[in-house]
Amino acid sequence: METPENQNEQTPDLPPREELTTVQQIRRRTIKAFALFGAASLVPFGVWKWIQREPKVNGLPKTFRAVLGGNEAIASLFLSHSHLAPTFPLDEAAKKVRVNGSDGMKGDFDPATWSLKIEQTATGEANRSFTLLMEDIRSLPKVEQVIEFKCVEGWSQIQHWGGARFVDFVEKYGVGTRSGHPAQSAEDWYQYVGLETPNGGYYVGLDIESALHPQTLLAYEMNGQPLTGPHGAPLRLLIPVKYGVKNLKRIGRIFFTDQRPRDFWHERGYDYFVGL
Amino acid sequence: MKRIIENKHPLAIRWFHWVNFPLLGIMIWSGLLIYWAWHPYKIQVGDWVLVNFFPDWLFIALKLRRRLAEGMAWHFVFMWLFMINGLFYVGYTWVSGEWRYLMPDRHSFREAWEVVLHDLGIRKLPPLQTKYNAAQKIAYSGVILMGLGSLLTGLAIYKPIQFAWVTWLFGGYTSARVIHFALTMGYLLFFVVHILQVIRAGWNNFRSMVAGFDVIDYGNAGKSERTDA
Repeated sequence: METPENQNEQTPDLPPREELTTVQQIRRRTIKAFALFGAASLVPFGVWKWIQREPKVNGLPKTFRAVLGGNEAIASLFLSHSHLAPTFPLDEAAKKVRVNGSDGMKGDFDPATWSLKIEQTATGEANRSFTLLMEDIRSLPKVEQVIEFKCVEGWSQIQHWGGARFVDFVEKYGVGTRSGHPAQSAEDWYQYVGLETPNGGYYVGLDIESALHPQTLLAYEMNGQPLTGPHGAPLRLLIPVKYGVKNLKRIGRIFFTDQRPRDFWHERGYDYFVGL
Repeated sequence: MKRIIENKHPLAIRWFHWVNFPLLGIMIWSGLLIYWAWHPYKIQVGDWVLVNFFPDWLFIALKLRRRLAEGMAWHFVFMWLFMINGLFYVGYTWVSGEWRYLMPDRHSFREAWEVVLHDLGIRKLPPLQTKYNAAQKIAYSGVILMGLGSLLTGLAIYKPIQFAWVTWLFGGYTSARVIHFALTMGYLLFFVVHILQVIRAGWNNFRSMVAGFDVIDYGNAGKSERTDA
């Protein structure tokens, strides 16, 4: 029956008909609402299927990579060298520092014959490559810091590290800038830094901003002692503004580039930036 | 007997509710993929473990193992949608005045206790009720606060250096992580109680969250009976 409801409401002398119409209306509204509800609930299934079928980029659906790229762009807006990782009193530092992972550290390795390769590829004067020894790193001002080291897995530990600031290293050896001179402008810096173990088995890429953060260290001491083998002797990266995965141990090569360096865990489905 | 159609839930409220359902589901599921990678949380008294979050068989049964990268990606993509939907919901309830039905007042805690007694069958008299009873007001307002807590503790874990002050507010990184996890367990608890109450309240109430309207039967004495969840 097509009679509008409000007309029925005005004819109370026909109660049976009114009741019928109300019931009908309840029925109609219910069916309509649930049909829409059913159709709408197909949307999440559609999204799910679509994500499953999407081409993958380094193990993640393309759209996810795009959103993570957006997250990185937002994070870069408020990334600041004045936002420091909280530091802790020395006695809170763990005596037994957790070892997590040994990728790129397999095979024979002699710290005594180790040297550090530095490379930057560019035209002209800035195109340089040279090697450094431990004494070159030790000649830089030594910094000690007690920070909370955070693993991508979720655990964290307060740890005591010592070494040279990465920013002091680039300034002293005149690397990291396209001009080959101390940076006059933000644009002069290469966009990325890549690091690799001597055998190339583990490798990370860093945005230059994070690499130049004042708490990013080329670390050679832990709890006041020289680094042990499993912790990356003789020299490792300690970058509190990133998860542990970027804190490469046993650095063999450091290079500056405008192309995003390959990154071990990024190739295995993780976000590239992983900034904290 | 006369049946009356009464509009109960505005379309916007139903929309936010049902959009939130899969979004929160994805956040919890991807959160568990992340949590698997390091799952130390327990409730214990002395050496006696009351609850272990979670036993291995659960991770195996739900296929949650070795999927950390995938979990993080889902979590950091869908966090935006979860947040936007939540903010729009709060914005809508604020502007539309719907918050008046939700905000507990100074009588709500006493009344909520009466609801609990009634629902357990101890107290016969049905509790006071407008759109929601006092227990609902507390539960629904509480879960919104929990949502805010999840966003803030999430930020505290996600960017603990850039937003170190947020992390500090929650007692540090490890503490913020515990709170973030506890809130998630709170959602699961909320979900169980909510589903039971919806089943108990019946079809008319469930329909109102989909179709928006309530059907009220006016008996001979002209009194109405409504049960809601």
